[in-house]
Amino acid sequence: MLRSTIFTASRSLFAKPSTVVAARFYHPKVIDHYERPRNVGSLNKSDPFVGTGLVGAPACGDVMKLQIKVDEATGKIVDVKFKTFGCGSAIASSSYMTERVRGMTLEDAGAIKNTEVAKELCLPPVKLHCSMLAEDAIKSAINDYKRKRAAATGTATGATASASA
Amino acid sequence: MSFARLIQGPARMLRSARPSPSITPRFILSPAATAFHTTAKRLQATETQVLITPSTESLGFEVTGIKDAGNTRPIYMDMQATSPTDPRVLDAMLPYMTELYGNPHSRTHSYGWETEKGVDKAREDIAKLIGADSKEIVFTSGATESNNLSIKGVARFYKGKKNHIITTQTEHKCVLDSCRVLSDEGFDVTYLPVGKNGLISMDDLKAAVRPDTALVSVMAVNNEIGVIQPLEEIGAFCRSKKIFFHTDAAQAIGKIPIDVNKMNIDLLSISGHKIYGPKGVGALYVRRRPRVRLLPLMTGGGQERGLRSGTVAAPLVVGLGEACRIAAEEMTYDHERVKRLSERLIKGITSQVSHVYRNGDEVQSYPGCVNLSFAYVEGESLLMALKDIALSSGSACTSASLEPSYVLRALGAEDDMAHSSIRFGIGRFTTEEEIDFVISRVVAHVDKLREMSPLWEMVQEGIDISKIEWAQHA
Repeated sequence: MLRSTIFTASRSLFAKPSTVVAARFYHPKVIDHYERPRNVGSLNKSDPFVGTGLVGAPACGDVMKLQIKVDEATGKIVDVKFKTFGCGSAIASSSYMTERVRGMTLEDAGAIKNTEVAKELCLPPVKLHCSMLAEDAIKSAINDYKRKRAAATGTATGATASASA
Repeated sequence: MSFARLIQGPARMLRSARPSPSITPRFILSPAATAFHTTAKRLQATETQVLITPSTESLGFEVTGIKDAGNTRPIYMDMQATSPTDPRVLDAMLPYMTELYGNPHSRTHSYGWETEKGVDKAREDIAKLIGADSKEIVFTSGATESNNLSIKGVARFYKGKKNHIITTQTEHKCVLDSCRVLSDEGFDVTYLPVGKNGLISMDDLKAAVRPDTALVSVMAVNNEIGVIQPLEEIGAFCRSKKIFFHTDAAQAIGKIPIDVNKMNIDLLSISGHKIYGPKGVGALYVRRRPRVRLLPLMTGGGQERGLRSGTVAAPLVVGLGEACRIAAEEMTYDHERVKRLSERLIKGITSQVSHVYRNGDEVQSYPGCVNLSFAYVEGESLLMALKDIALSSGSACTSASLEPSYVLRALGAEDDMAHSSIRFGIGRFTTEEEIDFVISRVVAHVDKLREMSPLWEMVQEGIDISKIEWAQHA
């Protein structure tokens, strides 16, 4: 009896709360996106309705590839995938961006600002460039899509849209 | 009954228990050890060995292992940043933190004498480890101070006659920064380049020497990539040119054999906490014949041959001495063990993951420092994934910045490879189980992150990444 009392009493001494160590440096939202990234993968590059944006550079430690599939009739993004080489914040930024733009029109998606991404993920100042990269990636994907459509249809309107973009 | 001994026992058990989290650490106390525990003493009547877990109240202190007690902290694999304190070191230090509180410089009473005896013993143990005379050891606050004192001290003493210093591009920040300060003061500094393997070339050194060169400072073991510079050759050359040779041996002593006379080293920096000793203490070896003259950074009571005024931190110094004594005794064994674990780690990872590159020379290096680049995976994201393991992508001093390591850049590594590096530090208390755990985690996460990497995808498609014109993001 005595012995079991000692056991119970002492066990609590070692039962420390299991804390998430990385949490000290990354916001839980970043960790969530990093550990369960949304929409990882690739779409067929040669699909005429797929726009691909590839931004960043390996030398800078960040490369983001974001692809959108657009429904031509509605002008809305029906599918979106990403792949990212970069830190946790870069992966989280692109993951968040794919979630955000799904179902959006190209105009709305192109209007998303990096500040929104940074605010949502609570990025610290040193990681702001990750959110800028996500903004660049979606814009680049939209431009690629417009360029493809313009080339495919060969219309003057398409050409102007691509040139002005 | 020594407190630290008690801690050591369970710590050993814990080490073997890792990484399975279900095992609750328990103590098997011998009848003698249970005597101070009244409850246990009563149980002793029926059982000769009592299996209990002592409580904080019964011991008077909380018991944690060398590394961890509750399996809630990551595996420690950052031995170049710092190392866990050896329990034997703590044992040696405790009397000096309690009853032996005398000022080691007090000459008029026994309190001073008894502490001085401990300090002198430590001085001898340190000197023995590097083949020096105990009179040549100066205690400092750490290797940073030792490096500052040697470089600034020599340069400023010989200023006017000699105005040139030679060092390397891969030195520790404290050496580079001391040199920067000196160049602001009007000294010329040559930063020797290193080859792809991280080693300097003797031809470069010979070409850099000038008639007014006062000092050559080349580190023994690099803190990021573990390469061992050709100390003996550098020493012999410097001696022939009558130039002082300083080496930052913070990562080297106790790990590889160092002999200041055989290697013609004139100044050598030592750190306590890299060799399982306490933090906040270090030492500097200053050669007496031929005499090296230094201008002190600290002035005051003239302690430590006038080179470092201020009361010697006796408990820390005793700890450093004990750490050196143990290191001298166990160096061969430790090195053998660390080498075996290191080979196990490298083989385990490279046999399961492709495109992994080891940074630094594979032969001329200390096996306890393994720096690997995982191509197409960004280092910081890999560190984040390996949250069960305490690792670093390079030196702890710069781990807050986003810049890739200047050491890897100096090796001529591509920027993207410098962004993909992780340093694994293996030490005296690392176990085989821990290495296996690290291997399994690294393999799993590198695969996962590569699946997520656009660069990996391109390589699989046969696209040459180096040929792509990347839009540089501001």
